Amino acid sequence: MKRKGPGAYWFLMPSVLLLLIFFIVPIILTIGFAFTNMALTGSAAQNLEFVGFQNFVNMFQDPDFRISVWRTLTFLIFSAVIGQVVLGFILALLMKEKNMTFRRIIGLIVIAGWVTPEIVVAFCMVAFFSDNGSLNQILGWFGANPVSWLFSFPMVSVIIANIWHGTAFSMMVYQSALDEIPKDIEEAAVIDSATNFQILRYITIPMVKGSIVTNMMLVTLQTLGVFTLIYTMTGGGPGTSTNTLPIFMYNQAFVNYQFGYGTAISLVLLFIGIIASLFYMRSMKVKV
Amino acid sequence: MKTNKLKSSLMIAMTSLLVLTTACSSGGSDSGQSADGKKNVTISFRSTGSDDSLAKFFKSGLVEKFEEENPDINIEIAPVLASEGDYTSKMVLQMKSPDTAPDIVAEDTSIIKSDAAAGYLEPLDEKVKGWSDWNDHIIENLKSGVTGEDGKIYGVPATSDTRGIWYNKELFTKAGLEVPFQPSSWEDVLSAARTIKDKLPGVTPLNMIVGKSSGEGVTMQTLEMLLYGTEDTLYNDETKKWVVNSPGLLDSFKFIDQVFNEDKTGPTMQVALNGQAGSIAFEQLFPQDKLAMAVDGSWAGTTWSENGAAPIENAEEKMGFAPFPTQDGQEPGSTTMSGGWAWSIPANAKNKEEAWKFLEFLMNKENATARVVAEGSLSPRDDSTDVEGYTDRPFVEEAQELLNVAHFRPANDQYAAVSAQLQSIVEGIASGKLTPEQGVQQLKDNVSRTLGADSIEEK
Repeated sequence: MKRKGPGAYWFLMPSVLLLLIFFIVPIILTIGFAFTNMALTGSAAQNLEFVGFQNFVNMFQDPDFRISVWRTLTFLIFSAVIGQVVLGFILALLMKEKNMTFRRIIGLIVIAGWVTPEIVVAFCMVAFFSDNGSLNQILGWFGANPVSWLFSFPMVSVIIANIWHGTAFSMMVYQSALDEIPKDIEEAAVIDSATNFQILRYITIPMVKGSIVTNMMLVTLQTLGVFTLIYTMTGGGPGTSTNTLPIFMYNQAFVNYQFGYGTAISLVLLFIGIIASLFYMRSMKVKV
Repeated sequence: MKTNKLKSSLMIAMTSLLVLTTACSSGGSDSGQSADGKKNVTISFRSTGSDDSLAKFFKSGLVEKFEEENPDINIEIAPVLASEGDYTSKMVLQMKSPDTAPDIVAEDTSIIKSDAAAGYLEPLDEKVKGWSDWNDHIIENLKSGVTGEDGKIYGVPATSDTRGIWYNKELFTKAGLEVPFQPSSWEDVLSAARTIKDKLPGVTPLNMIVGKSSGEGVTMQTLEMLLYGTEDTLYNDETKKWVVNSPGLLDSFKFIDQVFNEDKTGPTMQVALNGQAGSIAFEQLFPQDKLAMAVDGSWAGTTWSENGAAPIENAEEKMGFAPFPTQDGQEPGSTTMSGGWAWSIPANAKNKEEAWKFLEFLMNKENATARVVAEGSLSPRDDSTDVEGYTDRPFVEEAQELLNVAHFRPANDQYAAVSAQLQSIVEGIASGKLTPEQGVQQLKDNVSRTLGADSIEEK
């Protein structure tokens, strides 16, 4: 085999340049801006000043920020970890080794939620949960009084919407992982008179551990960034009940025009994502 | 072999550089001249879609008329389809670059001072000096709304509005209250609301916008309507500090607490916290006789006109518009907040002289009046009342009258940040989560934290 000459680096140049200009520089700039008073309008827009950790100090003293962190974690745990990851796994497990037609039909129904663009999902869900929406119509058939879901249970509504939208992704990841498990191992376990639960606990889950962690990380990062869905359905309200960090960030940056503060919040969001990913990797003892 | 390799790597490097340079340079710059040598004047404003009344107004032969009189100028109408908040961001981004800045831009008077402080707008002092209508006919009181913190003029007011108490005359008569309603102090408003609560069960006595989701409406239609009827203001123009603690502010918070928590004469929390609280009041509750009073803007009555969202026959007989009283009836007896839109010229505009020429044309008596009639707003010109059709519109006379006692929002570019704090405090008080005293404390803490302790003062 011939050794690679320096020419190989030349071939990398275009992609390195593109990455540098469109990815690495913006990231460095973002980190830099988080320490400034950058604003979209007002006198601060003309005089960009370095303000040190002021944005972060303000953030941690802001009660609305603390509320937003809790809202984000609630949304994350219920809609991503419990909702999508667990539900996706159960769906994949139930569909395993069923006949092809069954898998296709169920798969199609679940995937419908995933292929629908986020904004369309949001509108569908508003139509479903609104005061005169389909959910209240259905409840009406059973004589129940209409409930203002988006007002009385806003967090539950957006969580359900996100689960409906995202579960298919987890399901597909698990399906392919489950199909990879060699049949003979499970057969051997059956011969050793293992129960279904034991097979699941000691064979299936350990064998797809890698996929579980990867999927959890992807779903978590995806969910941390959910904006369109919540903004369209509740606008972060009523009050602050669905005011997750992305909505909080948008309001600071584009409603109050405080770009510096907004970028500082985005860094915290990034930090939460990193912590969550590390936590998954550690807890499952998997190297990704 | 070696040379070949070098050649190919050089080729790739060159190509990628080429791609990058073309990607980075903008797609050709607009010199501000059209092909036939005419000067282009681009005018941008917020549009609500194909039915937008301002866009229609421009298309009604106005542009052709101007171009006929000025054959060397070509007017380009560039409406921006966006929500109010997004419009501001979009315009700011456009004005930042000479390549994209329009020559005339519609500026909300709530943001004009910020944009001026940021250096996006051209001072117009020299230009208004040579325009006699500025001194003769533009309502004096409105000029402070377009004056920057540096004292320079950054726009020509184009529309205006006032705020007051909308009320249902039929319900008032039924409850035994005097019509027309002429409250002379806050207590009069509160007691009228209590009477309605006692006499007419099922009717919401008084709607005020308190839900944070209604944004700036909470600050302007509710808090400032109260505060500017006391002896205090939100901002001290002399010391340039925010007044975060004053008897007037505490009393304003107490009024809200009284309505929502003591007397319980306000709307239910479900209506109040809804982002659409205003539309619910005017499109559903008022027409269905389920609401007696609402503090809201002068434009809200157009909801009931023939082309409005909820037409009412003889709206003027059924509904009324009363001035909002000062706290204890102190001079001048009533108060209102005024906002509206202005026309400005961006600092990065290419054809400023031509743009100003078109602005003068737009703001002459006939055209300025035609626009506000088309839009349902109030005119910034004092001679619009002579124009036929202007005061024929329902409730306009009452609303126009209020411009004489109008207050404007603080001339400070941090207003948006303070307003956001006030919105959540007002919501907290109305929903019973904060006492008025805690509200004042929270405002003090939050504003001094975000803007610095040297930017606040207490009275």
